[in-house]
Amino acid sequence: MAKKITDNISWVGKTDWELKMFHGNELSTRRGSSYNAYLLRGISKTVLIDTVWGPYDQEFVSRLRQEIPLEKIDAVVMQHNESDHSGALAELLREIPGTPVYCTAKGEAILRGHYHQEWNFVKVKTGDKLDLGGGESLTFVEAPMLHWPDTMFSYYDGCGGVLFSNDGFGQHYASESLFNDEVPESEMMEEAEKYFANILAPFCPMVTRKVNEILAMNLPLKMICPSHGVIWRKDPESIVKQYLVWADAYALNQVTIVYDTMWNSTRQMAEAIARGIRDAAPQVTVKLFNAAKEDKNDILTEVFHSRALLAGSPTINNGYSYAIAGLLEMVKGMKLKKKAGAAFGSYGWSGEGTRLLSALLTEAGFAVVDEGIRAQWVPDSAALAACEEYGRSFISKLQ
Amino acid sequence: MKKFVCNICGYEYDPAAGDPDNGIAPGTAFEDLPADWVCPLCGVGKEDFSPAE
Repeated sequence: MAKKITDNISWVGKTDWELKMFHGNELSTRRGSSYNAYLLRGISKTVLIDTVWGPYDQEFVSRLRQEIPLEKIDAVVMQHNESDHSGALAELLREIPGTPVYCTAKGEAILRGHYHQEWNFVKVKTGDKLDLGGGESLTFVEAPMLHWPDTMFSYYDGCGGVLFSNDGFGQHYASESLFNDEVPESEMMEEAEKYFANILAPFCPMVTRKVNEILAMNLPLKMICPSHGVIWRKDPESIVKQYLVWADAYALNQVTIVYDTMWNSTRQMAEAIARGIRDAAPQVTVKLFNAAKEDKNDILTEVFHSRALLAGSPTINNGYSYAIAGLLEMVKGMKLKKKAGAAFGSYGWSGEGTRLLSALLTEAGFAVVDEGIRAQWVPDSAALAACEEYGRSFISKLQ
Repeated sequence: MKKFVCNICGYEYDPAAGDPDNGIAPGTAFEDLPADWVCPLCGVGKEDFSPAE
């Protein structure tokens, strides 16, 4: 069912409480998500902004038909063409073929690459406008790599100013409420940060530039309508400013220790290092996660807002563990800046895991502060004391 | 002439090859690309390129 946002803007998306994994299995979405599509009724033109994910295409079109006769839709604006937004476009255009599809040049290429159809594409660039009548219009702003090459935002100058931001400012957060002032702020912000860390972190330079570009336009801004999660109606500028903070080498006073362990030796080392850090620097938050047990995307969010990452793995088959390798591959992709790191781990005989893990941290962009620490077999009290001392030494190198 | 790499997607601009699909002739130095030239793969501008190592 459509939900009213203003007198002439309706939400016509799909709330997906069941979604638990996204991008295949790359991203956990424990609070579900929504695919937000918006129907904007101007004086002379009615525009649909984005659609929903493919599995809901028929449901989307049939519900849209209850809201408006489909032939009254004058244009479809596709701000980003990943299948969670473009998945219902083919179903819709079977009903209203020939309807213009407004998108960037990259957007057209991506839609062609996904659906292999000759649709009525209208390519737009930054500053192009779609006249809605009555002196109002929708202005397009290209936002490449926020988070795909095709991404654009659309600014509606009616209703006091509404920015349709597609994935920007989104959250994977299912809610029967539409607005940020109707949901618990803490869980909404947790999801907004997780979204930024897991999706937008690699593109921080573009976030900073695009956000500053939009702020410099000094546009009236009543609401920001993203393509996932709730609408920023209360204080929409707060999330814009938060994005600038997150995009600028964000770090709380936190050290995150991520490890894998086979027979608990590396876990004991992790706990001893944590004790040492806290002993030397009680103001530092220290969190420990077993990479093989904890949700990978929640770990990435913790790493995102940490000053330092300690990565631990036993040496196994002359290398490190599967869980740690996979996690650090994801961390590398985030292109984090100004974070320190070091490696540790237990071993039986060859013991090169720690050295290799240090190299992996360097490759992932971390300033590795030292050669890390190893313990053979099961750490005894002397080995654990050495780990505690290592923790004290590690944190002192960050001060 | 120096090659430049897109910081965002990794595309490498090779001046010897140019970017003929977008009207850039082979032999065009990165510095001589028009200001509105964008990465042919991901669409970001010249400011997001760094000299290749």
